Amino acid sequence: MLATSFVHPDWGLLHDQFWALTVGGLTAGSIYALVALGYTMVYGVLRLINFANSEIFMIGTFGALFATKWLGIAPGADAIHTGFYLVLIMGVCLIVAMAFSGTAAVALERVAYRPLRKRGATRLAALISAIGASLAIQEFVAFRRGRNFEAFPRVANRDVLFTFFGAEIRTDQVFVIVGALVMMVLLDQFVNRTRLGRGIRAVAQDSETATLMGVNIDRVVMLTFLLGGIMAGSAGLLFVFFFEVTKYNIGFIIGIKAFTAAVLGGIGNLRGALLGGLVLGLIENYGSALWGTQWKDPIAFLVLVLVLMVRPTGLLGEALGKARA
Amino acid sequence: MRASKIFGAGALLLSLTLFAAACGDDSGSSSATTAGGAASSGGGGEAGAAKCSGLAIGFFGALTGDSANLGVNIEQGAELAVDQFNKANPDCQVAVKKFDSQGSPDQAPQLAKQAIDDKSVVGIVGPAFSGESKVADPLFNEAGLGLITPSATNPGLADNGWKVFHRALGNDASQGPGAATYIDTTLKAQKVFVIDDASEYGKGLADQVSNQLGSKVVGTDTIDPTATDFSATVTKVKDASPDAVFFGGYYAAAGLLSKQLRDAGVTATLVFGDGVLDPGYIEAAGDAAEGAIITCPCAPVDKIAGGADFQKAYNDQFKADAGTYSAEAYDAANFFLAGIASGAQDRESLNTYISTQSYVGITKTLKFDEKGEVSDVAIYASTVKDGKIVSVGLIQ
Repeated sequence: MLATSFVHPDWGLLHDQFWALTVGGLTAGSIYALVALGYTMVYGVLRLINFANSEIFMIGTFGALFATKWLGIAPGADAIHTGFYLVLIMGVCLIVAMAFSGTAAVALERVAYRPLRKRGATRLAALISAIGASLAIQEFVAFRRGRNFEAFPRVANRDVLFTFFGAEIRTDQVFVIVGALVMMVLLDQFVNRTRLGRGIRAVAQDSETATLMGVNIDRVVMLTFLLGGIMAGSAGLLFVFFFEVTKYNIGFIIGIKAFTAAVLGGIGNLRGALLGGLVLGLIENYGSALWGTQWKDPIAFLVLVLVLMVRPTGLLGEALGKARA
Repeated sequence: MRASKIFGAGALLLSLTLFAAACGDDSGSSSATTAGGAASSGGGGEAGAAKCSGLAIGFFGALTGDSANLGVNIEQGAELAVDQFNKANPDCQVAVKKFDSQGSPDQAPQLAKQAIDDKSVVGIVGPAFSGESKVADPLFNEAGLGLITPSATNPGLADNGWKVFHRALGNDASQGPGAATYIDTTLKAQKVFVIDDASEYGKGLADQVSNQLGSKVVGTDTIDPTATDFSATVTKVKDASPDAVFFGGYYAAAGLLSKQLRDAGVTATLVFGDGVLDPGYIEAAGDAAEGAIITCPCAPVDKIAGGADFQKAYNDQFKADAGTYSAEAYDAANFFLAGIASGAQDRESLNTYISTQSYVGITKTLKFDEKGEVSDVAIYASTVKDGKIVSVGLIQ
């Protein structure tokens, strides 16, 4: 079965279900993209791969879960709301998720990275600290919450919003894709148009000169982590809303995919993270349709390798710190 | 002169420490439990006159990880049997040593070595999963450490000529056809989509089902059970519009898959194997679990003679209901204990005992053939009704 599916890609399936696969890919890709922003920003500013960003995301999912518990919403038929109440519930969950993730990201920076940075430690040391932090957070959550899935209540009906060339597109899929886009546009605007954002870009470009220009490095680093955390938190909310489950290690797979997406789009490039995430989601789905889902990961990584061979800096290349015309 | 004296003393101290560590008890990730819980004097053990010392039964399986529920059920079933035995036989206190493999074949080899090196372990209840069995059983076979697995159902395991391998239930060569028969005759499905999770167990079972269903299989796919997004697979299923979907795998992925299939508007009946027979499935699937069919070579505890007593004792000790394979593990452990009580108190004689003798347990009579399989095999079906798993009855 494996050999035949690899030699004979199922073009018929890709053709028949193209739009359904596309929507599925964009939905998953949107979540990758939001988490990828955390990786790409921290890399752009600190040249550090924040491996614990996956756990920041996971903490965001638990934040959203706790918000529903505090609001008294339990999984079941009564959880479904519409209109104003739905917006209110989602708003509260979003803010709580972002708060959890943002706080965790700032705390992570303080505890795991700043002491090393102050001591001028090698980047390898910071990397190891990142991995250690990632495992520690995972195991702590497992210790507190157990290792089984926890269910997130369905708060909105999943109706088919419209049909596009035969593919049914549901409200929840649209919500995830549009929600992710909105968050990314907001971040992009913040980084490109505000004073604080300019500080981030300055430090990413040249941290010593930035200090000379009066930029407070510590504050910029903290802000970078905070923004990455907020993005991961919003990704967390979208994730639990869409998949309706969370547990201590869901960050792991999402983190790997998001990091891959960040590299694919151009590490250190915000728009690259968005593009990388969406492209990765699409490649996974198209690859699964053509060759079988067991080939999903090899194909995604093969595409990554091919892209990097042709464009070593990723699809969009430019780094965060490159001056814009 | 002084420096070399200190050096010499240090070297002596170091070698003494190493010697003590090497000869001491290798506990690793195991912990010992002895008689403690309140237990009725049902089950195992002869008249209470057994004499032994320093013996232990090992449990090998997933106590943590994605499929932990299944391992915990088995470990507790075995522990209950041991505790009842210890209570009835004050001169023979057997310990339970736990080896947590997390259900993964990667951890299994070095964990098996730990179990083998622990000389007090004379029998293993486990390994719980087929994947870990495949890598751990050869090591147990080399060491002559007898094992009875209450749950690993991959048929290929019995074909390796391992003299220590014994299986306390029907394997997938009966479960697979059983599920296929159910899909064929009871569900009367004309088009079936078969999915597996690439595991030794899941793929094996799915292949058994596919083989029997033959041309009724309109599509197959393999998922990564650690992933959360199965949208490509769901799209494939939707494209094939089957009457039934069979998934070979464990409860966590099954739950997510069910949810995503239903959300996409797939109305096919969902059929699963014994790896999904756990409340964890309903937690992960929510409403999407309703109406799912789950097969198992395990007897529903409330339907067997002696099941009510077992359930009560299990409840009293663990404050939870007996789960899938708890009863099979209970029987497996009791078989070992019967051997210990009869005087087979080292690995070789205990393995010979379980290979040749028989034991009347609450799930079935354990009499293993030369390959280690039992003949008393039955496949049961359960369904999910109103958020609970209820037994539907015998398939074959």
